[in-house]
Amino acid sequence: MNCVIKGASYILAHTPDMVLENGTTQTTEKIVNPNSDYLKELPNHLRTYEEAVKYLPNQTYIGNMHPDQLAEIPQPWTDARIEGMDKRVGKYGEIMPQEEFYLMMQACDVFELVRLDKEFVAAHKEAFLANPVIDESIAARLHEGVDAAEVEHFVNDEHAEPLYHNRKLVGYVKRAHDVDVNLSAHVMLENMVSKASAVLSLLHLLRQEGVNKDEITYVVDCCEEACGDMNQRGGGNFAKSIAEIAGLMSATGCDVRGFCAGPTHAFINAASLVKANTHKYVVVLAGGCTAKLGMNGKDHVKKGLPIYEDMIGGFAILLGQDDGINPVVDTEHTGRHTVGTGSAPQNVTSSLVTAPLEAAGLKVTDVDKYSAEMQNPDITKPAGAGDVPLANYKMIAALAVKKGDLEKSQLATFPTEHGMVGWAPTQGHIPSGVPYVGVCRDDMLAGKIKRAMIIGKGSLFLGRMTNLFDGVSVMINANEGIKEEAAAVSQEEIKSLIGKAMKDFAASMLAAAETDAE
Amino acid sequence: MDLENQKRVLNLTEEHGAENIVVVLGAAEGEAAGLAAETVTAGDPTFAGPLTGVQLGLSVFHVCEPQIKDEVDAGVYDEQVGMMEMVMDVDDIISEMSSIRDEFCKYL
Amino acid sequence: MGFLEGKKIIIIGDRDGVPGPAIEECVKTAGAEVVYSSTECFV
Repeated sequence: MNCVIKGASYILAHTPDMVLENGTTQTTEKIVNPNSDYLKELPNHLRTYEEAVKYLPNQTYIGNMHPDQLAEIPQPWTDARIEGMDKRVGKYGEIMPQEEFYLMMQACDVFELVRLDKEFVAAHKEAFLANPVIDESIAARLHEGVDAAEVEHFVNDEHAEPLYHNRKLVGYVKRAHDVDVNLSAHVMLENMVSKASAVLSLLHLLRQEGVNKDEITYVVDCCEEACGDMNQRGGGNFAKSIAEIAGLMSATGCDVRGFCAGPTHAFINAASLVKANTHKYVVVLAGGCTAKLGMNGKDHVKKGLPIYEDMIGGFAILLGQDDGINPVVDTEHTGRHTVGTGSAPQNVTSSLVTAPLEAAGLKVTDVDKYSAEMQNPDITKPAGAGDVPLANYKMIAALAVKKGDLEKSQLATFPTEHGMVGWAPTQGHIPSGVPYVGVCRDDMLAGKIKRAMIIGKGSLFLGRMTNLFDGVSVMINANEGIKEEAAAVSQEEIKSLIGKAMKDFAASMLAAAETDAE
Repeated sequence: MDLENQKRVLNLTEEHGAENIVVVLGAAEGEAAGLAAETVTAGDPTFAGPLTGVQLGLSVFHVCEPQIKDEVDAGVYDEQVGMMEMVMDVDDIISEMSSIRDEFCKYL
Repeated sequence: MGFLEGKKIIIIGDRDGVPGPAIEECVKTAGAEVVYSSTECFV
């Protein structure tokens, strides 16, 4: 049974105070250069929630704006505004403000590690509960909060990580163990943010049409965090903990990791589980990453730009058995960067793009849209990393010319025709291929495109276990309807086939015996 | 530049002697290449790493610059870098790198 | 003899430009010794 894409959700949480407290660029700066101009200047570059909501790439991420529409707006998009493009909720999800996200974190905590000031809870509880994705079971998980003195005590005396809102201390995430660094307040906060943003993504997915949470039997998490204690630092299992909060009572799951290529690895794994009929419905999801908040902040501040990296991202995709309607995941022709591929950019691209196309008997131009790494160029260009999606498209186009799939004169138009502008926040795994799955599904259902390729790439060398790079790719095809299975073979036919085979075998034995006799 | 990389550059320079070291960069854009080049010649411009205020003045090139490209086996270069060269703005990279070298490089 | 010959090479590659190992393959052909190779990632 083919695997199809039944739905996709995308969420963001605007977390400006976490940029200051938890982004590694900032935490590193506080250690090596605590009085730096950067740290002094940074707060002046933080966006308000309203600014973050009106920012067009964010509207694109949650589904209010098509990437093609975003492409028509001249870059940079810093000050670009479109009337009506200021909605918190989009067809794929929402942009949650920091205060509600803290409540979400607390609601997702099952070990009493996250506690908020009770006045803060009282001030924001109503807004949190008014969110239609917050059902009774999650509402019941909200804690009324603690005294301000308790928050201060844990932050000052018990190594808890502070939670600030508008620079005011409003809560903490405490350590889960006195000695084990794997359960330190820092790690617990990162994991809790990842979990909460993944839960929010899943809750949005569950509200989409045709999604039945009781049918989901497996969840794959593909974020870049690790949970476990000192005896199994990456033991897992984010996936099941997320499924638990969202009430997926029939599901188990596991974590799949592969740096920024993780989501595409997980997507292929999950699609194969459906194709093999191991599971009928599988969710692939991931929450976001506090460490990357403000990652390129120094360049943004230096250039007088806002801190664009103030968003925690998340997504959830539901894969299920072929319904004859939804786009089909091609599990048979996947691209893979192998150990032997090497790191030359052209080898990487050919192993991910042209190799699977050749295996499927297709040309580069047979794919309507490629989704490689959809990082927002507003973020990467001022930081000297260039326009990452555009570089990917240029590389694919150059390869296509080399293979004779494309005329050299078409090089310049290839990125627009077969690519897109990037709209995803630089949350590592979040921009990697998957932001397009929702748009792709909609465009295929609308008959706008027939084939797309999702490409995930990962910088494995950052883990210091290998110098290798990694990547995988997978194609998605418009559904042409379920084809009739070949007519079943009757028992009579089987008998007659076996009989014929036996006769043929006997005849060949006799012939062989005669030959030997001669 | 990554703080660990700055530390390694500093240690390796002490070990081998600044005049014997050549730093080769692979940055995607001129500006990023210039910042990395500045770090290993005039010191870390972001004041974050071990090279802050350390003027090593090392010889530094981008892999796409003719000084490197012309010394490398043409077949290997084409195989490893050829296509990326088509994607990057090589002129911009060369101009950024040259200006940093002219100002800060001590071993050319 | 080229100026790279016998030199100690430090490579700072870029994931979205030219990665370290690709530069390594190149400079080795010029008779240089790679003493350190890494790749940076900005995304």
